[in-house]
Amino acid sequence: MRHSSNKLTARPLAGLIQALILIVATGHGTTAGAAGIELRGAGSTFSAPLYEKWIDAYQSIHPSVAIHYDAIGSGEGIARFDAETVDFGASDVSLSAAETAKIRRGAIQVPGTAGMIVLAYNLPGLAGPLKLPQDVYLDIFMGRVRTWDDPRIKTANPGLSLPHKNIAVVGRKESSGTTFAFTSHLAAVGKRWIEEGPGVGKIIDWPAGAMIARGNEGVASRIKISDGSIGYVEYGFARRLGLPVALLQNQAGKFVAPSQESGGAALATSAGQGLDNLAPALANPKDPEAYPIVTYSWLLLYKTYPSDHANAVKSFVEFGLDAGQPLAAELGYLALPPAVADLGKSALSQIK
Amino acid sequence: MAIQFALQDGKSLSQRPSIAAYVVDRAFFLAAGLGAFTIVALVAYILWEIGGQALPAVIKNGPQFLVNTHWNVQNQSFGILPQIWGTLYSSLLALLIGGFVGVTIAIILTQDFLPHQIAVVFRTLIEMLAAIPSVVFGLWGIFVVIPFIRPAADWLHDVAGFIPFFGTSLSGPGMAPAVIVLAIMILPTVAAISQDAISLVPYKVKEAAYGMGTTRWEAILKVIVPTASGGISSSLVLGFGRALGETMALAMLIGNANQISLSLFSPANTLASLLASNFPEAGQIERQALMYAALVLLAITLVVNVIGTLILAWTSRKIVKA
Repeated sequence: MRHSSNKLTARPLAGLIQALILIVATGHGTTAGAAGIELRGAGSTFSAPLYEKWIDAYQSIHPSVAIHYDAIGSGEGIARFDAETVDFGASDVSLSAAETAKIRRGAIQVPGTAGMIVLAYNLPGLAGPLKLPQDVYLDIFMGRVRTWDDPRIKTANPGLSLPHKNIAVVGRKESSGTTFAFTSHLAAVGKRWIEEGPGVGKIIDWPAGAMIARGNEGVASRIKISDGSIGYVEYGFARRLGLPVALLQNQAGKFVAPSQESGGAALATSAGQGLDNLAPALANPKDPEAYPIVTYSWLLLYKTYPSDHANAVKSFVEFGLDAGQPLAAELGYLALPPAVADLGKSALSQIK
Repeated sequence: MAIQFALQDGKSLSQRPSIAAYVVDRAFFLAAGLGAFTIVALVAYILWEIGGQALPAVIKNGPQFLVNTHWNVQNQSFGILPQIWGTLYSSLLALLIGGFVGVTIAIILTQDFLPHQIAVVFRTLIEMLAAIPSVVFGLWGIFVVIPFIRPAADWLHDVAGFIPFFGTSLSGPGMAPAVIVLAIMILPTVAAISQDAISLVPYKVKEAAYGMGTTRWEAILKVIVPTASGGISSSLVLGFGRALGETMALAMLIGNANQISLSLFSPANTLASLLASNFPEAGQIERQALMYAALVLLAITLVVNVIGTLILAWTSRKIVKA
C-alpha cells in the first residue's frame, strides 16, 4: 500500500523530467539540427524583415543549418563583424576599402537587397498624399521649416488644407545605415546639409527638437503615435504600420511615390557599375521616373570560414540572391537588378 | 526608605551577564555595525566606480559638459544641459501636481471625511499604484494619456499659443504626458508618508484647536498641516527624488529630444532616460560621458536630499520653539 503510493507520487516527477528532456532535445534539434551548423548574423534593421523571411525559407529546405539574425542597426552590425563575433554582418552602408583591409579574415560585400527610404508622416485628416520638394524636406530635417502650414509646403500642395501644427521630426538614435543613406541623399540635395547642418554619418546629432528613436521599427511606431510627425524609414516599415508616405520630388523635378517601378528605375541607374561603385551612384538618381532615396543593403562576409561554415554561408547567400529576391517585393523591398545579383553571386566564389 | 536589592542569603539580585549573553550582545552589535557599514561601503564603491569611469570624460569635457547643449556622438562632443533642464522641469511639475494631490488625499483619508472602511480601501488602492511596473505606466501614458490630453492641448495651443508654456503643438510624447504620468507615480510616496505624518499629530492638538472655536478647515489648514509639515515636506522630497530618477516611463513618454523648451507640449529628455537609451550601443568615449551624466544625476539627487533634510530640520525646530 505504502509502496504503491510512493510510486504514484514519483511518477509525475519522472514524467516531468522526461518532458523536460524532450523539450530540451527537440528544442536543440530544431535550432542546430543533426549536422549542427549554426550561423550568426547581425546588423541592419532596414533589411531585417527580409533576412528573417529568407532564414525561414532557407531553413525549411536545409533543416541542418540554423541561422540567427540580430537586428541591432548597421553600426553595431559592422562592429560585431569587425570583432568577428558573427558569421556575417549586414549593413546599409558598404565598408570602405580601408575598413575591409583591417578585417583579418578578409571581407567581401554582397548587396543582399535594396530598398526605398520613405518620409512617413502622421497628419490626421489630410486629404490626399503630401508632396515634398527636395529643398523643402531638406529644410524640414534641418529644423528650418517648422510648421506644417509653412508657405513652401502650401505652395507644393495647393489642394490640401495643412494644419497649423509644429513639425515633429523623428530621427534615429543608434548608429544606422538608414541614417547614412538618408543623410548622404540630403547632402546630395543641398550643400547646406554639410556646411550648416549636421552632415553625413551613421549617427548624427539631429537639429534641435527632433525626437530620436531606436531602429526603423522604433521610428515608425514613434511616427504612428505622434500627430504632426515626420521621419525616415524603410518603405516596408511604413507600409506595415499603415503610415502615409510623402511623394518626393526627384532630381528631375517630378513628384514620385515609392513603388517597385520608381525604386527599380533608381536602381537601374546604378546597375552598370561594379560592386564598389554602387553606393555613390545612388545618392540622388537623375532618371525622371526614379524614386529619389534608394539604398542597397549589404551582406558582409568573411573570405575564410571554418571548414563547413563556408559552404553554409555561400549556400545561404546564394539562396537569398536567387530565390530570396521575389520575396523582397512582397515586403516592400526592391529586387536586385539581375546584373547586380550576378555580380554578388560571382563574388561568393572568393569565400573559402 | 531605601530599597533592598540584596537577597536574603546576602547575594545581590544584579549579577554579571553570562558569557552567552555577552557573546550574543557583541555579535548583535557587530552584525548591526557591519550592516550599516556595508551600505556606506556600497555607496562609496558605486561612487568610486562611476567616478572612475567618468574621470576621462570629466577631464576632457570639464564644466563645459554641464552647459553644452549637444549630445553629438559623431564629433564626440557631449553636453547635458537639455537633459538637466528636462529632469528638473519634469520633476518639479510632477511634484507640483503629485504633491498637491497626495497631500490632499492624505488629509481626506486621515481627517474622518470618509467612513473608516472606505478610507482603508482608498489607502490600499493608492498603495497599489506603487506596485505597478514603470513600463506599464509608460504604455498607459502612450495609449491613454496622450490621446486623452490631445484635444485640451490642441485647444490651449490654438487659444493661448503666445504663452511660452503652450508655444508648440503636442505631437505625442512630450513634457505634458510625461509630467502627468510622473505625478501619478510619485503620488503613493507622497500620500503614504503624509498620511503617517498627519496621523502622528496628537489628538490633543486637534481638540485644542476645536476648543478655540476653529472650523474644521481652519483646524486642518492652520493647525494640523503645519504641525505635520516636517513629515509632509520629507514626503515631498522623497517624491521629488523618485521623480528625478524615474527612467523607463519617461524614456517612453518624454520624446527623447535634446532641446530646452518651456513648452509643455514639446518633446524633451531627462538624464535617466538619456542613460537608459544610450548605454546599449555606446562606444567607450560615449560611455565615459554617460558615466559623467550619471554622476551629475547623483549630485542633483544628493543636493535635493540635503535641501530636504535642511527643510525638515528647520521646520521641526520651528515647531518645537512654538
